[in-house]
Amino acid sequence: MKRQLPIAITFICAFILTVQYFVPHRSFEMMYEVSNVWLQIIGFFATLLGILSLVLNHWEKVKYKQENWIYSIVALAGLAGMTLVGLIGSQDNPVFEWLYNFILSPIQATMFSLLAFFIASAAYRAFRARTTIATILLLAAIVVMLGRVPIGAYISGGLFPWLADILLNYPNVAAKRAIIMGVGLGAAATSLKVMLGIERSYMGSD
Amino acid sequence: MSFDPGVWLAAILTLCIFSFLYKDNPFYKFAEHLSVGVSAGYYLVVLIRQTLIPAFVNPLMAGYWHVVPELPRSFGIFLLIFPVFMGILLFARFSRKWAYVARYPIAMIWGIGSGVVIPLVLQNHVIRQLQATMVPITVQSWADIGNLFIAVGVLTGLVYFFFSKEHKGLFGGTAKVGIWILMIGFGSTFGFTVMARVSLLIGRIIFLMKDWLGIIG
Repeated sequence: MKRQLPIAITFICAFILTVQYFVPHRSFEMMYEVSNVWLQIIGFFATLLGILSLVLNHWEKVKYKQENWIYSIVALAGLAGMTLVGLIGSQDNPVFEWLYNFILSPIQATMFSLLAFFIASAAYRAFRARTTIATILLLAAIVVMLGRVPIGAYISGGLFPWLADILLNYPNVAAKRAIIMGVGLGAAATSLKVMLGIERSYMGSD
Repeated sequence: MSFDPGVWLAAILTLCIFSFLYKDNPFYKFAEHLSVGVSAGYYLVVLIRQTLIPAFVNPLMAGYWHVVPELPRSFGIFLLIFPVFMGILLFARFSRKWAYVARYPIAMIWGIGSGVVIPLVLQNHVIRQLQATMVPITVQSWADIGNLFIAVGVLTGLVYFFFSKEHKGLFGGTAKVGIWILMIGFGSTFGFTVMARVSLLIGRIIFLMKDWLGIIG
């Protein structure tokens, strides 16, 4: 019951969903639609579980006054406030939108913009033209970066933007396609392993 | 300078996050924890409003699930309630004795996910990519030469990823060309990502200078 039943459930669900793709019959189409909704509903409860776990974690910090517990109050207050405001009133609640526009959106945009500094410092440490391939990587990155800003066009007379477009449209597409194919084959192989019960890490340990 | 409290709040939070560039500090921690709480609340509300209510609550209230019109109504409702039961089983993880019960819904998610993924990724990630690569090449225009370059790049890139054969001789040479093309690809992707982040940074600076302080027009 502890291990065999989950493996059986996985196999049955995966087998039916794989077969339905190749069988153009209404009953299989219906199975696909039903399983899609099932995934959404179970996914909702999985998110709820994650949020509950977050609340318990921060609640413990506050309760036992662990290190930085004061910030846990901020996290819990933010969660409670946003949830309550979002659930009260209509779908396009103006207060909910205000909180999104003036709290969540600026914080997230600034967090991502911070990466510009860290990515630059990481590049400075990692991008040393020690080998041929490292030099190719460095040159491609420099060309694309210069090709995307007006000063790049200005200093090169339009060469950098043209080269950047070539790099993005051809070698980049070729590399991405090779990677996408590898990812596709890898994902299919992993899914097959899950379906056949070879890959069981999702069950955790007893 | 703006007199909108929302703009002031957004500006203060922006500065709190930027303060991390100096070092980890209480202002950054405050904004970080606020972001965690608010985003969790936001996604919970979005899920309730856009998933739970339309996919579960509305059909349950109507006593009819439109996804299975051919089946008897009561059976349709049973099919609708079933995933809720499975979802509730996930919370068994909080009990040491019953934690294994949470594996059933997880197994279901993995099973459905795997079943959907197998044909879908083979179709989208493999066959479609091959179709896009294997286009007729007449070498009459620059676009044809570009397509030829892409075809050679994809082939050599795939050869590089083939580790079941030692990279020696002709095979090794092909793999070497493959890694060069991959490196150009990684370099350009890196450059593109950096510029995207820089444009976000410019956006935040413009917000502070224009919307908040009104220094620039």
